[in-house]
Amino acid sequence: MKKLTCIVCPLSCSLFIEEKEELKITGNKCERGIKYAKEEIRNPKRVLTTTVKIKDGIYPVIPVRTSKPIPKDYIFPLLKKLSEVELTAPIPSGYKVLENIFNLGIDVITTREMKKLNK
Amino acid sequence: MKKEVDIAVIGGGPGGLAGAFSAGKRGLKVLILERGEELGGILNQCIHPGFGLLYFKEELTGPEYAERWIKMVEELDNIEIWTKTMVLEVSPDKRILAVNEKGLWEIKAKAIIFSMGCRERTQGNLAIPGTRPSGIFTAGTAQRFVNIEGYLPGEKILILGSGDIGLIMARRLRWEGAEVIGVVEKLPYPGGLTRNLVQCLEDYDIPLYLSHTVVEIKGKERLEGVYIAPVDDKGNPILENKKYISCDTLLLSVGLIPENELSEMAEIPLDGKTGGPFVDQFLMTEKEGFFACGNVLLVNDLVDYVSLQGLLAGESAEKYLKGEIKREKKLPVKINGNLRLVVPQYLSYPIILPEITFYFRVLNPKENSILYLKEKEKILKTWKYPMVKPAEMLVIKVSSSILENVEEINFVLEGSK
Repeated sequence: MKKLTCIVCPLSCSLFIEEKEELKITGNKCERGIKYAKEEIRNPKRVLTTTVKIKDGIYPVIPVRTSKPIPKDYIFPLLKKLSEVELTAPIPSGYKVLENIFNLGIDVITTREMKKLNK
Repeated sequence: MKKEVDIAVIGGGPGGLAGAFSAGKRGLKVLILERGEELGGILNQCIHPGFGLLYFKEELTGPEYAERWIKMVEELDNIEIWTKTMVLEVSPDKRILAVNEKGLWEIKAKAIIFSMGCRERTQGNLAIPGTRPSGIFTAGTAQRFVNIEGYLPGEKILILGSGDIGLIMARRLRWEGAEVIGVVEKLPYPGGLTRNLVQCLEDYDIPLYLSHTVVEIKGKERLEGVYIAPVDDKGNPILENKKYISCDTLLLSVGLIPENELSEMAEIPLDGKTGGPFVDQFLMTEKEGFFACGNVLLVNDLVDYVSLQGLLAGESAEKYLKGEIKREKKLPVKINGNLRLVVPQYLSYPIILPEITFYFRVLNPKENSILYLKEKEKILKTWKYPMVKPAEMLVIKVSSSILENVEEINFVLEGSK
């Protein structure tokens, strides 16, 4: 039996999931809880937001995110990959830092513009 | 040096951007005064998603949300933007004293929009016994270190307070390879949004110690550890049950305080409950021509509301300049039951606006709640909530026709458990 907290609405139902041939979900007060629990059990996904190093910018790091939510299991492998990236300013917002990561059809993009530092 | 404008906006975060955009779009000559190096305010360090769902109907990160508003503001030629400009004084006759690299400025404005935001409560506000080593930061300071300056504040981290910034930082630091020992919350319920509890703590098995607090700090140069203890029903720590936690960093996520020193200089009365100015439905303070929006008005849970308040403040500033705001009568907005605060705190008549948005915070988490709008014993309108929580604002819109001829405005929130 697994336990999840539903985040669809402020009620925050405690969902209990029994994994047999099919998923049996209890504790939900509405249908949306079932959908949420199924997704969370079968293929939980998250948007990853972090920073990567950048040379010559007004700040030493630039924020990035995945263009879509990625399966949770890829979060730490992707963080590792991104720790090896170094960009050079200037960089626009929405710039593709990594393309088609882990063949998921998802990119990592910058979420702000980084101007070059005037020395 | 001297300068004259129609509208001066103090603070270039989300509230000020929306306020400036709204006033600028109406053709007014606007000046944004921002003390930081760039516009966007705290959004620039909030690199996580969750912004803009209400306003843009899509989920953006903080910098992306800021960027959209910055573009909207920059497209209007009648909005002037001064960054790296610190406002030192605001006088009751709408003169602003500010300083920047060019020197000292006296700015005369016909109306002023306050959008200074809020700041974090600090260790000084908490008075925890023990030593005062390095390694104790507010969660927001740590967030700036990691997301903008690019370094970790420590390696073994304990977080005091379960506000959203603390929860977000728990995950952020875990992602950056730090060990996050747990989050300690004095209250019996968490301070942050449920989605953050799930996605920042539960996802990474980071424990949340409810009804606990930090009772002692250890360490000479650098923090070495803290004692935490459970608290009783009244919030007093039970010291005989204290236990030691080894850590090199303590983050504080223990609440936000609207930053109203400038409002006070302008002799604007503040509401002890919100920490911000008393305002009417125009978001005009008790001093005519001064408006407030965003976290300087009340601490908001979502940035979208900050932007909406900014838009209203800009629109109202134009109404004020045109002499459309009359204030012939003033009626307080009363709150009772499980409500902690309300904005606006009073209505000015004639109302003029077609509808009024009310923002509330509740005192305690409760299920099956009903919000009543009453005039004496008469119920004018009701709203139902399956669950209310202190971390989440209640936001409602009321048609002005309901409130046009009432003698009393009384909101009552009743609920079970």
